Amino acid sequence: MNSTAQHHDAEGAKLGMWLFLFSELLLFGGLFVLFAVYLQRYPLQFAAGGRELSVAFGTVNTVLLLTSSMTVALALEALRRNRRRLCESLLGFTLLAALLFLVNKGFEWHAKFQHDLYPGSATLQQAPPGRDVFFGLYYLTTGLHGLHVIIGGVLLAWILALVRCDRINGASPTVLENGALYWHLVDIIWIFIFPLYYLLL
Amino acid sequence: MGKVIRMGEFFRRGFLESTGEQPSLFEWIFSTDHKRIGLLYLYSISTFFAIGVTLGLLIRLELIAPGRTIVGPDTYNALFTLHGVVMIFLFIIPGIPAAFGNIMLPLQIGARDVAFPRLNLLSWWLYIIGAIMALSSLAGGGGPPDTGWTFYLPFSGETTTNVSLAVFAVFILGFSSILTGLNFITTIHRLRAPGMTWTRLPLFVWSLYATAWVQVLATPILGITLVLILAERILGLGLFDAARGGDPLMYQHLFWIYSHPAVYIMVLPAMGVISEIIPVFARRPIFGYKAIVASSIGIAAAGSLVWGHHMFVSGMSDTAILVFSLLTFIVAIPSAVKVFNWVATLYGGSIRLDAPMLYALTFLVLFSIGGLSGLVLGSAATDVHVHDTHFVVGHFHYVMFGGTAFAFFGALHYWFPKIFGRMFNEKRAAWAWGIMICGFNLLYFSMLLVGLRGMPRRYYDYLPQFAQLNRLATYGSWVLALGLLFMAVNLLIALRRGKHIGANPWEAATLEWTVDSPPPPENFAVLPTVTHGPYDLEQAGEP
Amino acid sequence: MQHTGSMRQLIGIWGLLLLLTAATVGISRIHLGAANIWAALGIATAKATLVTLFFMHLKKEGRVIKISLLVTLATLATFIGLTFFDVLYR
Repeated sequence: MNSTAQHHDAEGAKLGMWLFLFSELLLFGGLFVLFAVYLQRYPLQFAAGGRELSVAFGTVNTVLLLTSSMTVALALEALRRNRRRLCESLLGFTLLAALLFLVNKGFEWHAKFQHDLYPGSATLQQAPPGRDVFFGLYYLTTGLHGLHVIIGGVLLAWILALVRCDRINGASPTVLENGALYWHLVDIIWIFIFPLYYLLL
Repeated sequence: MGKVIRMGEFFRRGFLESTGEQPSLFEWIFSTDHKRIGLLYLYSISTFFAIGVTLGLLIRLELIAPGRTIVGPDTYNALFTLHGVVMIFLFIIPGIPAAFGNIMLPLQIGARDVAFPRLNLLSWWLYIIGAIMALSSLAGGGGPPDTGWTFYLPFSGETTTNVSLAVFAVFILGFSSILTGLNFITTIHRLRAPGMTWTRLPLFVWSLYATAWVQVLATPILGITLVLILAERILGLGLFDAARGGDPLMYQHLFWIYSHPAVYIMVLPAMGVISEIIPVFARRPIFGYKAIVASSIGIAAAGSLVWGHHMFVSGMSDTAILVFSLLTFIVAIPSAVKVFNWVATLYGGSIRLDAPMLYALTFLVLFSIGGLSGLVLGSAATDVHVHDTHFVVGHFHYVMFGGTAFAFFGALHYWFPKIFGRMFNEKRAAWAWGIMICGFNLLYFSMLLVGLRGMPRRYYDYLPQFAQLNRLATYGSWVLALGLLFMAVNLLIALRRGKHIGANPWEAATLEWTVDSPPPPENFAVLPTVTHGPYDLEQAGEP
Repeated sequence: MQHTGSMRQLIGIWGLLLLLTAATVGISRIHLGAANIWAALGIATAKATLVTLFFMHLKKEGRVIKISLLVTLATLATFIGLTFFDVLYR
């Protein structure tokens, strides 16, 4: 009933999105608080835990996310220049990268479970205190991040559909701008997860 | 004061009036009008408040005499848990910002709605879903949660009661709170009317702005903490299990990193309400506008640095106790700045003792008692003696009930004529107020005293020497409830039979009083251009 | 056109990010003691800064978003920092 009053405010929408991203940062921030404290307490066990993780999987996933982050930024650039086909293929590539990331993650988790490395497993219960905590945090952090990859992927797929039917175009790119912002946040979180978990010595 | 105006045409245009396009219930629960959403919040929050009061009365009834009176220990644990969850997450956190903030923020800054009206509706839906889930944890499964509203691990990871459901409910409520916060920040940045500069913002808006930042930045920590509880319960991660290398104190850190700033989510908007009421009823511009603004920001910032004072006896390091105790005293400074400014505004004013002012003045007194008893708790040495006693309970209720809830009632009386276009009976309102403050002080001052004498909280039984003060407290709870009931009845009568009033019965100078009562759906036919400050009262009066 | 430039710039930033990724993996294989974690965090911060400034166009945003981001980061740093007053001295 108040639709008369609402004009489109792209700046406002962007500010709202950034504020949402801040709250997401703090959400993961809580896990980083725990990580910092437990790393300080169990440096050796964390290093041992880190060595169990696959640097190869981690690196490939990092490259995938960095690349997808670039392609979504390029997609926005393409849309602004009204090159819709280019925008669509760049978004398609981004979705593909998101999917590959999740597939890798699945393989990685599967391998860990096969090596009896999961919360409460016999191996971890016998390991010195701290190892269990490392893997608990690892599963929770990467799991929560994976959930964000899924949400971001669904969001971008929906945006791709909107671009295809011309609901989003160079004149009104706000939705893609905000979707891209969300995807970059997913990337940034991973930029920190990668060295902290996979590259510990 | 407000002259009576023929209201027929006002009502037809007011936002309360049905447009007849949809079934009338749908017109409300799917409305994106900030005023309707605000009223939905007001009605639901009041309902949950009534439930919380009932649970509180049952707690007091059990404590009227030593030994088992009406419930056993398990039921008592459930009672204080649910009382806490309902009052904190369903009443006092959303209370002022979601109900009065939603209705008044766009009106006060000269906007037609909030920045994201549909998101606003989503927030209310999330709130209702979370509330229903929280209340349904009372029934079924393993029985109602018995952890206290703080859900401390490791116990909350092991108890077989419906903790998971309650925790998930609070997670959803937190999400609703974050969305409201980001909506308000964006609204204040983007939708101010021409001429509404930052130094012309009403102080209520400033307090909502500071609160919204705390909502956006602190609530996610609650979110992750609740996720961690669920992870402990469902996946058995053991992150806080000392036997597996975890640290139970880290749970307390994470919980209070949110829950202390949450206290400022609760009290900052209340302070905003008081800053609105006092100048209007003292007929003087607010004293020290900029100092009050700075103290709002200061409280929001300093409030994020003091969570450790909930953990003085937890086994935390002495260094941390020292640091957190020191930082806690710093929060007293901006709080006191506000109190001094309000008192300075009153000085030399021509004070009108209408109902909103009665509540505002009560806030000053009760909040000061609450704040001063807080210093006893903030100082580590004395805290060791009174920690986990009824002194803490008394302190908390002086700040939250005497502070925030009384400000909520003040806001209710102050904006009632604006929202509904009708005036309540002033005499009955004053009687209700009088009964409430008698009951309130009898109840909570007894608690402060019995706590100082060493009665621990959260037990259904106590030693015989505490019996007299506990009996007094329970009598107080009945008087307080009577006053609340009286107030509610008075306002409900006014909804139907109150005298129609004009746009500006209190002769205030903020923008919401320039539009009709109740405001039209689009708020302003023409967006106003602001040429004076929010408390330049000589500019006010009937339009 | 300026637009072509900006696309080229995005690809350049991506190259830089890949280089930094290689660097962080490389450094992690050398034993530096406590310096390892700080190097890892430093490089991660550099990468996140690049993503924020260029991919998310923070460079072109107004003051409000820039200041808010700093406030957010300061808040998180405070939460971690004050917790360590307990953890380090217990």
